[in-house]
Amino acid sequence: MLDWLARLGRPVIHLLAALGRSVIFLFQSLAGWPRSYKAVQLWMRQVYSVGVLSLIIILVSGLFIGMVLALQGYTILVDFGAEQALGQMVALSLTRELAPVVAALLFAGRAGSALTAEIGLMKATEQLSSMEMIGVDPLKRIVAPRLLAGFFALPLLSIIFTMIGIGGGWLVGVDWLGVDAGAFWSNMQASVDFQADVLNGFIKSLVFAWVVTWIAVFQGYDLVPTSEGISRATTKTVVYSSLAVLGLDFILTALMFSNL
Amino acid sequence: MQNQRRMEVAVGAFMLLGVLALVFMALKVSGLAWETSNKTFQVEAYFGDIGGLKERSKVTLAGVTVGRVARIELDQQWFEARVLLELDESLQGKLSKDTAAAIQTAGLLGDNYISLTPGIEEATLAAGDTLRDTQSALILEDLINQFITRSTQD
Amino acid sequence: MSEDVAVVDNLHFSRGDKVIFSGVNLRLQPGRITAVLGPSGTGKTTLLRLLGGQLQPDQGSVRVFGQEVSRLDRKKLFALRRRMGMLFQSGALFTDMNVYDNVAFPLREHTHLPESLLRDLVLLKLEAVGLRGARDLMPAQLSGGMTRRVALARAIALDPELLMYDEPFVGQDPISMGVLVQLIKRLNQALGLTSVIVSHDIAETLSIADYAYILSGGQVIAEGTPQQLEASEQAEVHQFVAGLPDGPVPFHYPAKGLEQDLLGGGDA
Repeated sequence: MLDWLARLGRPVIHLLAALGRSVIFLFQSLAGWPRSYKAVQLWMRQVYSVGVLSLIIILVSGLFIGMVLALQGYTILVDFGAEQALGQMVALSLTRELAPVVAALLFAGRAGSALTAEIGLMKATEQLSSMEMIGVDPLKRIVAPRLLAGFFALPLLSIIFTMIGIGGGWLVGVDWLGVDAGAFWSNMQASVDFQADVLNGFIKSLVFAWVVTWIAVFQGYDLVPTSEGISRATTKTVVYSSLAVLGLDFILTALMFSNL
Repeated sequence: MQNQRRMEVAVGAFMLLGVLALVFMALKVSGLAWETSNKTFQVEAYFGDIGGLKERSKVTLAGVTVGRVARIELDQQWFEARVLLELDESLQGKLSKDTAAAIQTAGLLGDNYISLTPGIEEATLAAGDTLRDTQSALILEDLINQFITRSTQD
Repeated sequence: MSEDVAVVDNLHFSRGDKVIFSGVNLRLQPGRITAVLGPSGTGKTTLLRLLGGQLQPDQGSVRVFGQEVSRLDRKKLFALRRRMGMLFQSGALFTDMNVYDNVAFPLREHTHLPESLLRDLVLLKLEAVGLRGARDLMPAQLSGGMTRRVALARAIALDPELLMYDEPFVGQDPISMGVLVQLIKRLNQALGLTSVIVSHDIAETLSIADYAYILSGGQVIAEGTPQQLEASEQAEVHQFVAGLPDGPVPFHYPAKGLEQDLLGGGDA
């Protein structure tokens, strides 16, 4: 009986300890981050590798998701003779839900796993230790710019995703299936509210950016410095951040849209 | 150094693309215009039943949007809904005092909005005035009920 | 005689259930090369990390430059580390920078020297390890010996007073081994450093060390000058210095008898 309780308790304790470590980690990295030109340069380099390099996958997926959305939506809406509402449907599903969530999932797979592997490799090859011994805090030099770059890049990627997705929807709906272009845009503009839809979607992606980057960088910093440890941590990053994004998405949606 | 420069250019372009996307979302997708900062004046109207009217619902005149519903509250004395309307300032001093306000529905199942109909009096509406002639929302269920009870009486 | 650079007093340290040190005493004397020898897995690297403040002792004290390392706050600790240099086993060069930038890294982070002066300093350090010509190479293009020499140049970039070497000779061919041995000896003399070498390559290490400690089972089992150790009658010391496969340090990992294990069969 006691054994059984212990087996139940151990993972909970481990989980709580990891959570605690990760919160301390976040504060230690970001507290007093220097606002010098050099720090900005370091941050920019990370925005490049986390944001700009994820742009291709975001653009391509956004385009295809917008196109599929229009195609699927059209076949349903045309039954009700409501294909005029296609623009509204595409825009609403993208801004409210699909763009923040799918962009965050892609970001976790593309940039998050790379962050984990990169920091993990630096740990395994003693680069973090040696930086510490040189008297440079790796939390400030390595971790903080990556965290801040991730927080910044994902919301931007997500809004680009929305734009390109609507573009894809327009391509299929108007150009291919022949929905009236005027109706497409005016229905969209009448139903999409800047505050309720665009801003709320943006807030969602801000939250996801924090969570995904935090998980990725912490997993890299906290891993067991072996090749097996790195591969496990990379997997964990993708799994945990996907689950966190989907779970948080439900909570945020409930908070934002339920009383509309 | 060359690398550094190329990277900076790429990051700059990335940020610009993000800002562009945001502007696109604001103007083209959500149809946000800069009208929100326009000056307005407020009048009030009392309704027996506002149906599904919400704050920020449209106020129209001859089908043209001329304002929004600013606030809805319950009048504690008469138990009626007190609705504050925010109208475009250019209309101040032009609408007659007996302008009528009716709550209507866009389409059969659409949103409620307030439609104004100008009157014939000489005196004009000023800020803080009350619209006397109001017509409450038509509730579809009530109409059906009336229709059924009447047809059973016949 | 001036004060010791580092003093380790009654050090206890364990990782999980595994006891690594139980009562270790060491002192590093200024200007000398001190060797810490011992079989693999005796926590020699751990010792260096304790000196550098990356780990905290469970009990006992570690004093470097007269300061108790485990009691320093983060800021003071980083200040202390600027007076130390450490050469990691793998070299630990920053893989995203070339050789020049690696050596320039400590200078750029800690000083505000103009780029021209910085360049002179970096080239001098690289010259000291004989790799001035390799400044534009990336770490991935270097051989193991060169990697370690670049790491050495980086470790001495800030002119430290204490230099720590973690297994500097592991996995080196005889030539680069000889180069490294000479380099460590020369640097120690030229820069007036205090050095500590942690290693299990006895012959090479003893050839340049002024004083040596032998660690085994979490304790110092012998100490003395290289001559004293080589002449030692103590069985463990003799086994280790002469490199015999079996002796007081057993060849076999503890197990039950072979016969019993083989014939006992299925219950394992």
